[in-house]
Formats: sequence, structure tokens, C-alpha cells
Amino acid sequence: MDAQPDAPVDTKAAYLKDLLGAGLLIDTGVPGVYGRSGVFEDVITRFEAMVTAAGEGQAEVMRFPPGMNRAHFARSGYMKSFPQLAGAVHSFCGDSHAHNDLLQAIEGGQDWTGGLTGTDVVLTPATCYPLYPAVAARGVLPSDGGLYDLQSYCFRHEPSNDPARMQQFRQREYVRIGSPDQVLEFRQLWLQRGQALINRVGLPYQLEIASDPFFGRGGKLMAMAQREQQLKFELLVPITSVEQPTACLSFNYHQDHFGQTWGIATDDGSVAHTACVGFGLERIALALFKHHGLNVKAWPASVREALWG
Amino acid sequence: MIEQVRGLVADHGGLAVDVATLAEDTDLYRAGMSSFASVQLMLALEETFDIEFPETMLSPKTFSSLGAIQAAVQQLTGATA
Repeated sequence: MDAQPDAPVDTKAAYLKDLLGAGLLIDTGVPGVYGRSGVFEDVITRFEAMVTAAGEGQAEVMRFPPGMNRAHFARSGYMKSFPQLAGAVHSFCGDSHAHNDLLQAIEGGQDWTGGLTGTDVVLTPATCYPLYPAVAARGVLPSDGGLYDLQSYCFRHEPSNDPARMQQFRQREYVRIGSPDQVLEFRQLWLQRGQALINRVGLPYQLEIASDPFFGRGGKLMAMAQREQQLKFELLVPITSVEQPTACLSFNYHQDHFGQTWGIATDDGSVAHTACVGFGLERIALALFKHHGLNVKAWPASVREALWG
Repeated sequence: MIEQVRGLVADHGGLAVDVATLAEDTDLYRAGMSSFASVQLMLALEETFDIEFPETMLSPKTFSSLGAIQAAVQQLTGATA
């Protein structure tokens, strides 16, 4: 489905159309918000089982819902770096008159959200954000630090016709909290494990030093600093573009950012460092459907063996 | 000008050390300035000196020391004078 020089094709929109046509994704009318079919979900479930096996049962499993404490979100500093991606939950808290105004606005096709009030919940922007305050609340870390296994839906406000850039998607993460040596060793281990997993499911990839999509002019400065310090690596797989492959895994070293923010201390009293590996589950499924075809029964035997055993 | 820059670094750099003791070539990042603090410093410099850093200068190197910042500000105020 590569673009022809004389007939430019939007390869992103074309792949989305294929996925919707095959019933793997289900349209909701909002770009980046899709239903998933049973087959699509099964691929994610099976890939997650591989991730679980790679984790060797050493991490503490925690599952948070896709909404988090608004005060925690604010304290995390997310709005300093990514205000353009955030989403907060608002609810109706008015009286009968206000309810009437609300219904009239809906009836009249006007914006009816102005009468809503912010709640204590924001949509989780990255799976590990609810973890840090929870770990901080437990007090000093054990001597071998902490290792956590997380998964949740995340929200990022970036409507797009690229199926690989959803507004609501799942991240599976392992997070390490401890000394700088402990967390860097963890990141190195998962750089190897992540590549091994992607090799087993037969996807082409490249590893690159990367940066986050920080907001505004200052964001360029932050992104350059992040790259210079090699704080983020991404495992990229071509999905809708060969020139601009999609980050399916990321390997992040946060230094002491979350440790400082949340007052997390190691057992020797130092500020804890943190690192995480994140798997973009929908992106991995989309890469599999792109490279092996929309019919999972026709996938290469080695890939089926890796996923379904 | 260097004292004005020093004052802005004190206000926005978030350093763990006393800014008054910094040499002109002391690395501000090594002295504890986070990348986000460097963005706040950049915006404060633009406001104070009525300048706008072009894209090419938006790199950590530009804000890496009092001397580097002074040189960048001089370049921009000189160019717009």
C-alpha cells in the first residue's frame, strides 16, 4: 500500500479503512477512538502473555483504572510538558435549572459541556502515572527497590486518521524503582527482552534514541536535552510508513524526576530513580496485522506458534 | 548584564547551589538545573531582554552556563539593536 509517485495515497487512512473493513476495528465516529473485535483482542491477550512470561513473575502486579487522581496528575508535572495531550473528566453538578439549560443546549445542537464541572478524575496519560504516589505512600523502598507490572488504557488528545495514533489505547508496562544502577540495569535487560519478543513475532524493527512530544518552543529544548542524555529509546516498527516507523516499545529512564516529585526514598535515604518499559499494545497488534495480513489463520507458523503455542 | 542573567538563573534555574558563587563557565545542568527549569529560564530571558531565541538556538548548550547565556543574549540584542 505504498504511495505511488503519480497517485499519492494516504497510507494511514488506507490502512484504517482496511482494518475497519475487516471488522478488526469498529468505527465510533471519533478519530482515534475505536472498538476492537474479538480477534484483535485475542492478539493483544496472546502478546501480553508473552510479555508476562518474559517478566518471569518477578514484578508486583498492579492494575489501575483508566482514570487517576486529579491532584496526583497535577503534581506529576504532566501539564508542564504535555498540556496539549491531557484529558480531564467533567460531570454535571448543577440544579434543575442548570439541567434544563443543559438539555436545551443539547437540543439546540450547541456546546453543552460548558455547564459541566471538573471532577477529581483525569484520564490516565501513561500507565505508570498512578503508580508513583501509591509507592510513595508505602514509605521507604525495600533494599532491592521495587519492580511493578502495570497495564491500563491511556488517553492522549491527538485525533488522527492514523490507526497507530489512537486517543484511547493500552500500555503494558514494567516499572523499576530504586538506585540509578538498579534502574539502568533493568532498562538494559528490557532492551534485550523487548527485541527478543519482537523478533519472535516476526516484525522488522529499529532501535533509536528518542524524545517525548514536549509542548511548545521550550519543548524543543527539553527534547534535545532528553536525547543528549539518552533517556529514551524506542523500538520502531514500520506500520503505515516506512520513512516514519511507529514506536511500539519505549524504554525510559526518568532519572530522579518521579522520585523527587513524590518523595520516594531508597533504603539508604537517597532519592529513588525510576525507569520503565512500555509496550503499545494496539500498535503491536496493528504492526502484526500489517506485516502478516488481516487473517490471523494465515500468519506464518512461527508467529502463530509464538503467540498461540 | 551578567548580574541580570545571574538573577534570572537564581529565580528560574532551580539550582541546589548558591547562584552567587557560580563562575561564568560553571555548567548549570551539572549544578542541578532540570531541562524544564531551562525552559522557564529561556522564557524569562526572552521577556526580560525583549528577545526571541530562534529555533537554531533552542538547544541545551545555549543555556549551559552564565557566560553562554550572556553571549546568546548579546548576539540577539546586538542583532536587533
